[in-house]
Amino acid sequence: MDYPDGLYYTKDHEWGMDENGILTVGITDYAQGELGDVVYVELPQEGTIIKAGEPFGVVESVKSVSDLYSPVSGEVVEINPDLEAEPETVNSSPYDRGWMIKIAMSKPAELEKLLSPEAYAEYLATLK
Amino acid sequence: MGGAQSRNILGKPYARGIVFNEPLIFERSRAGRNGCDVAKSPFEQKEISAGFAKGTLREDFTGFVEVSEPSAVRHFTRLSQWNYGVDSNFYPLGSCTMKYNPKVNEAVARLAGFTGLHPLQDEATAQGALRVIYELEKYLCDIVGMHSASLQPAAGAQGELTGLMLIHAYLKDKGNARKKVILPDSSHGTNPASAALCEYSTVPLASGTDGLIDCSALEKLMDEETAALMVTNPNTLGMFEKNIKRVCEIVHAKGGLVYADGANLNAILGKTRFGDMGVDVCHMNLHKTFSTPHGGGGPGSGPVLAKDFLAPYMPAPRVVLADGRYKLEHNPPKSVGALNAFYGNFGVYLRAYVYLLSVGGEGLGDISDAAVLNANYILSRLKGHYHVPYDGPCMHECVLSDKFQKDAHVSTLDIAKSLIDRGFHPPTIYFPLIVKGAMMIEPTESESLETMDTFVDAMVDIAEVAKTHPLSLAEAPVLAKMRRLDETQAVRNPDLRHKP
Repeated sequence: MDYPDGLYYTKDHEWGMDENGILTVGITDYAQGELGDVVYVELPQEGTIIKAGEPFGVVESVKSVSDLYSPVSGEVVEINPDLEAEPETVNSSPYDRGWMIKIAMSKPAELEKLLSPEAYAEYLATLK
Repeated sequence: MGGAQSRNILGKPYARGIVFNEPLIFERSRAGRNGCDVAKSPFEQKEISAGFAKGTLREDFTGFVEVSEPSAVRHFTRLSQWNYGVDSNFYPLGSCTMKYNPKVNEAVARLAGFTGLHPLQDEATAQGALRVIYELEKYLCDIVGMHSASLQPAAGAQGELTGLMLIHAYLKDKGNARKKVILPDSSHGTNPASAALCEYSTVPLASGTDGLIDCSALEKLMDEETAALMVTNPNTLGMFEKNIKRVCEIVHAKGGLVYADGANLNAILGKTRFGDMGVDVCHMNLHKTFSTPHGGGGPGSGPVLAKDFLAPYMPAPRVVLADGRYKLEHNPPKSVGALNAFYGNFGVYLRAYVYLLSVGGEGLGDISDAAVLNANYILSRLKGHYHVPYDGPCMHECVLSDKFQKDAHVSTLDIAKSLIDRGFHPPTIYFPLIVKGAMMIEPTESESLETMDTFVDAMVDIAEVAKTHPLSLAEAPVLAKMRRLDETQAVRNPDLRHKP
């Protein structure tokens, strides 16, 4: 199981990477493994205002359909245009080419509530 | 690839025994071939475009199937021989109640007096049909403890939608339709869809560790912006929500209504009633609980039933009884309107009506007794071979998982496909979503001990093979007409149209 350093994690299995107040968000390696082959990713439009903990999109695999929850509040400034044609990227490259949205954070302090890689690893151990 | 296909010594494929191969009917088509000779018309021939507005006739129409009558009959007969249905074997699809459809239902539904009805004929000449609708509504209300019913919704999801529309119309009439609907995380996927179509946002309610609704969590979520709680009882884990009365009180205390999803009604028939639990509106599925044909996309029937304060909002037309005559009421002022063409799927009502008359009031309790006993029998025999995420006893269905097989890399999908090789339709898999690798098995009251034993033996055999030869299961099914299909590619690149 892979959970890179320098990223923030949620118990809903999203990750976030902060670059000057813009948080890039995707789902973790664990999440893509549990979902199985991803066949569709529904993302919000650029400009959408989202709140921490609320659903911002949907990821569909052959097994199930799951909501995507935003780690932070803010405005969606970019979405990954490649996922519409190649949703399998979420499986093959969850932390890199499989990113989903970029959020301009309105409350950067919310980052403090998210999990460190160590805390996320501990949380995953409780799910076994 | 064809599992039941063999190859000759030169590698050419041919059908094994009398398992036929059958191409698409388009591939059987030959220009000019047809199934009947039409007599030469004595009338003057005119261009078909005469009388049609420009642009209303297709000009590029090609690919019309041209086959002889025997070709058409053989084509569809062969396809039907590949079918797996409740008339051929056990159909353990959880949450679907694939019970046997008694043939007496069919005999009555095919009486000429019913099949010859026209939806627009004078109601004075259709009194018997209207009486069936009227009485079936009464019987169904009695079964779930409600006051008013509409049989119109075409299936369970539409019944749910209708129920939510009733709630919305009622609350709006009272001054505030409210904003939210609370859904337990074990609910059917159609529940949030129904709420969203009525413009409600959905709030998930996490199940307690016992798999049931957590009343204190519900109390925290319930507020005066919440229109309703949607609850399935027994829930999708096959467990009875034993705190349902308290759950209803919590919702009612804040002015909300309780909707019960009747998908699992087969477990509590003749034992307890939604109305007595405090539920305000519910639906049921005639194609599940009341033995009408199920699957293949319908036709189904998902009646909605409610307490009397919701009756004015019921879909129209309504069948009413006045001075000993049945009449249709087309425009009740507060009705949410029509949910289906004319009166819904009347042929389905007839089958359910016959079923109810055949089993009788006391027979209802026998149905749920046998359905629950059967599910617990399967659960107790498979426990130990498969992981049981929420300990029983269960109601009419049981939920297992692939946790014991996971280390050998055998998944629920492999187990399901291996069941096909052993002659059984797989159970529902990967649902409910809150159980990883779920397998949901519902035997219904229809199955005999012998059938269930054969099924359990197949499941136990798969669990044993998973320990010793796990890779062999990844190949399954090997004996079916088709080998394992690529489900991922089927979704990512759907190919739905025949192209010559």
